[in-house]
Amino acid sequence: MTNPAIKLSDVSFDYEDMAMRFDLAVAPGDFLAIIGPSGSGKTTLLNLIAGFETPAGGHIELDGLDVTALPPGMRPVTMLFQDHNLFAHLDVKTNVGLGISPALKLTAADHERIASALNRVGLTGFERRLPGQLSGGERQRVALARALVRDKPVLLLDEPFAALGPALRREMLDLVAEIHRERAMTVLIVTHQPEDARHAATRTAFVNRGRVLAMDETEALFTTANIPELAGYLIG
Amino acid sequence: MRNLVATVSMFLALAGTAKAAETLNIYTYESFITEWGPGPAIKTAFEAECGCTLNWVGIQDGVAILNRLKLEGASAKADIVLGLDTNLTNEARTTGLFAGHGTDTSKLTLPINWNDDVFVPYDYAHFAVIYDRDKVANPPTSLKELVEGDSSQKIVLQDPRTSTPGLGFLLWMKSVYGDKAGEAWAKLRPRILTVTPGWSEAYGLFTKGEAEMVLSYTTSPAYHRIAEKSEKYAAASFDEGHYLQVEVAAMLKASPNPALARKFLAFMTGPGFQDHIPTNNWMFPAGALSAPLPAEFGKLVKPSKTLLYSPAMVAKNRRAWVDEWQEAMSK
Amino acid sequence: MATRSRNLPAILAGSIGLAGLATVMAGALVALTLTAVATPGGGSWDDYLWRVVRFTLWQAVLSTVLSVGLAIPVARAIARRRVFPGRGPLLRLFALPLALPALVVVLGIVDVWGRHGWAAKGLALLVDDGSMPNIYGLTGILLAHVFFNLPLAARLMIMHLERIPGENWRLASQLGMGAGAIFRFIEWPALRAGLPGIAGLVFMLCIASFTVVLTLGGGPAATTIEVAIYQALRFDFDPGRAVILALVQLGMTAVLIALGMRLTMPAVTTPSLNRPILRPDCAKLAGRVGDGMVIALAALFIVLPLIALTVSATAAPMGKLLGEAIVWQAILTSLAIGATAAVLCITLAWSLLIAAHAAKRMPGTSWWKAGFIMACGSGGSLILVMPPIFLGAGWFVLLHGLGEGFALAPAVVVTINGLMALPYTLRILGPAHASAAADHDRLCDSLGISGWNRWRLADWPVLRPAFGLAFAFAMALSLGDLGAVALFGSEDLTTLPLLILQRMGSYRTADAAGLAFMLAIFCLILIIGAERATAKTDNGR
Repeated sequence: MTNPAIKLSDVSFDYEDMAMRFDLAVAPGDFLAIIGPSGSGKTTLLNLIAGFETPAGGHIELDGLDVTALPPGMRPVTMLFQDHNLFAHLDVKTNVGLGISPALKLTAADHERIASALNRVGLTGFERRLPGQLSGGERQRVALARALVRDKPVLLLDEPFAALGPALRREMLDLVAEIHRERAMTVLIVTHQPEDARHAATRTAFVNRGRVLAMDETEALFTTANIPELAGYLIG
Repeated sequence: MRNLVATVSMFLALAGTAKAAETLNIYTYESFITEWGPGPAIKTAFEAECGCTLNWVGIQDGVAILNRLKLEGASAKADIVLGLDTNLTNEARTTGLFAGHGTDTSKLTLPINWNDDVFVPYDYAHFAVIYDRDKVANPPTSLKELVEGDSSQKIVLQDPRTSTPGLGFLLWMKSVYGDKAGEAWAKLRPRILTVTPGWSEAYGLFTKGEAEMVLSYTTSPAYHRIAEKSEKYAAASFDEGHYLQVEVAAMLKASPNPALARKFLAFMTGPGFQDHIPTNNWMFPAGALSAPLPAEFGKLVKPSKTLLYSPAMVAKNRRAWVDEWQEAMSK
Repeated sequence: MATRSRNLPAILAGSIGLAGLATVMAGALVALTLTAVATPGGGSWDDYLWRVVRFTLWQAVLSTVLSVGLAIPVARAIARRRVFPGRGPLLRLFALPLALPALVVVLGIVDVWGRHGWAAKGLALLVDDGSMPNIYGLTGILLAHVFFNLPLAARLMIMHLERIPGENWRLASQLGMGAGAIFRFIEWPALRAGLPGIAGLVFMLCIASFTVVLTLGGGPAATTIEVAIYQALRFDFDPGRAVILALVQLGMTAVLIALGMRLTMPAVTTPSLNRPILRPDCAKLAGRVGDGMVIALAALFIVLPLIALTVSATAAPMGKLLGEAIVWQAILTSLAIGATAAVLCITLAWSLLIAAHAAKRMPGTSWWKAGFIMACGSGGSLILVMPPIFLGAGWFVLLHGLGEGFALAPAVVVTINGLMALPYTLRILGPAHASAAADHDRLCDSLGISGWNRWRLADWPVLRPAFGLAFAFAMALSLGDLGAVALFGSEDLTTLPLLILQRMGSYRTADAAGLAFMLAIFCLILIIGAERATAKTDNGR
């Protein structure tokens, strides 16, 4: 019996006047989409897993290990945000290299890995560019390349492509899906677009008012789940 | 912006009042006319006598007064300039801005003979090394002893390039050592704690206890005794004699009230003016007082000999002598 | 065409500012040069001046390296510790040394570090061999210059560090960066953008040092160009020599500023979401202890001389002083000069900043455009190496030639003091303006908000604290420095610093200490007041 890749038991967190409470178990290798209305706690859920927020109570386990007290850098997790994933004053290669060593102590093999990660996201030749000289999609590719070299078992994405156009968004989702397959990572992606979930996620969770109300195979959740809040969210 | 306009117009107004008739305008240094200085009392005394208005115009110090005169030339708004010293008179004379004083200077109580027809002395003091009696058991009794003495006992001096006492001490050294002044400076150097830009910095360091000695005036202990009731500081008497500083006043050729200006210069040598000098300007009066000098002044060091170069001599050699000092002190 | 018309008012404002600045500097130079030509036999150059130039450079470089080098760990520790008891007061005290007259500060430093200072007494308890520390010489000069400039540099650096986008800290903690990596990849790049500017400012302050160098320098071997200019203008009345020296000082600094600009990396500003900062490097015990020690040492270094000033002031007859009409008149005069100069200074600084920014956004490249941007950037700093006495002398000569010279003394003082504060306000407003511009340019362009409306609606609300700090600094610096009129004097212009010097010059040391204490308190009130008045209003987060 394998441990769940991510397990939140009775995790509570007070956000302004909302008392959140999360219970969640994600199997290794899952590609889970998290949908829900604005302010329902999707980002907070990811922040709790990544360690940017500290729960008031409960436990968070990653691959069977209790990480509740660990700082973000010590957790086997990479998180991608909607923006500001890169240091604006450092070039692409350095930004990626920091994923291997936070002090940028890189061996020849590391340089190889950076090159191949950049190649994997289609950015060969962009090494010396600064983030300001890249498009939004390219910047997120750099962040993905860094996730690749970090090689953590869990990848959290917080609306990473919300600012991109539909075609580019799908292309990026495909890239994430390919990486997911190649690396057998556990991926959690917060999205506002149900079609993103349909496009890429094997499973989908619906979060509302600080609770995980439902979680199922993506198609099953959208078609068979009988939850008024979900119906309201999908229509609204 | 409104502040600026207000301030400017205030000063324009002040400048305007200064032009009224029967007003005697006198340029002097600022500390002369502060409320503890002799200025206010002298103003009252002279106005009672002349039925005019005396208007003090305070300018930083003697050097600033001279620079201002050079700039303003004949358009200076002053009848009299009060506060130059003997080291500046030669330069002041060459501006050609001053008129003869026509005052009888024969009754002056100066340690030297005075026969200058332009500048009238009003007070004087000798330069002296002041020491802290708690720290210096055996003060130097001569300039030679100061120069050659124990270098763990320090003195603070002033810079001859920027200050009057600094120049005074330079001339003192020169008048005692002559051609050997450079060597003497080199010998004295280990005893010099530092050389400050002006008297205030030096005296401040001294009273803080940073140095055992400072260059000041023979009259300095009188201030501490009278105003602070303290016997802590004393002047060292030097066998070679002490260098003299004489402060003078003169009237300008362009004065609109020459008669009144002459009247003031004559008044200046009398008790109405002189009474306020000792305990307000902390200098020796150059003329007769209405009462004897305060007893504390009698206890001050009386130099056995007065040293003084002629103003022309100082003007001619100042730069070379300062260079010599600089050379000896910088090696 | 639309871009052009939108940018023109800003460029015009900056051009007027630059023209004013150039007029003040060139006016003094021309006036004194003409006087020099009319004065025969002056304007020589000799070995003495070579020595002076060498020493000036040497002490200024050393002072700058020390002040800035030591400020980095101090700024870093303070920026890292967002909350500790006394943080606010300490930062306010950091603005104080520069606002006090040099003589007052020197006496405070001597109280602590002098032959019979507190440090010497403390040392004597440990090793009593009768030896006394001697700070007079280069040591004393460096000590005083670090005391003046370390707080300034640290304060400016903290501003740069606090402007690091919160997202960077989030990334750093995700990547597990240690203190070393954070310094290398986040803090250093943020500092580096401002470092040449900060170092340049400190350098200029040290080059123009006068009282400190003479009083603590130990003898004429420690002579700066500034002293030589003063000497040339006062005792020698040799304007030719003064002009040459001023040009040398100006040229030397211009070269160094140009070098600094080449080293300056353009600051990469990112629009930040202003998330609360969660620095990952605050929790470790070792870091806490280290930061605590750095902060404590820096605080001790800055506060001890200030305490010494306070102790001296206890001997002062405060009641008597406060009852003197002249003291109140001096306070009011100082306030009037300070406030007017500060307004002038901030207006000028802002016009230069927006003009440079507008020029950068104009399409095309040309040498005049590059020159204009450069002039706006460094012109405001160059003024610092023109000694006030030199500017003042030049302008008095000029105004006198035109008629009324001395009636305009207050205007000359206000103008020169305002310009002298310009480099500081530029350092404070510059980075703030740059990040506000990065945040607002596109939005304001798209909404067609420009000029006064943009300042009122977009820039002022986020720049309020920067404006407040700049105003407080400019005002404190101009409270009554009369360097501009020192040469010829100015009747009835009695300011608080002048009053202090007057009392010191007439044996009244206790009075002077009391007044210096009042001046310090006064500056603190100003700084706190400016902070309060411009504090960011709670935006409901």
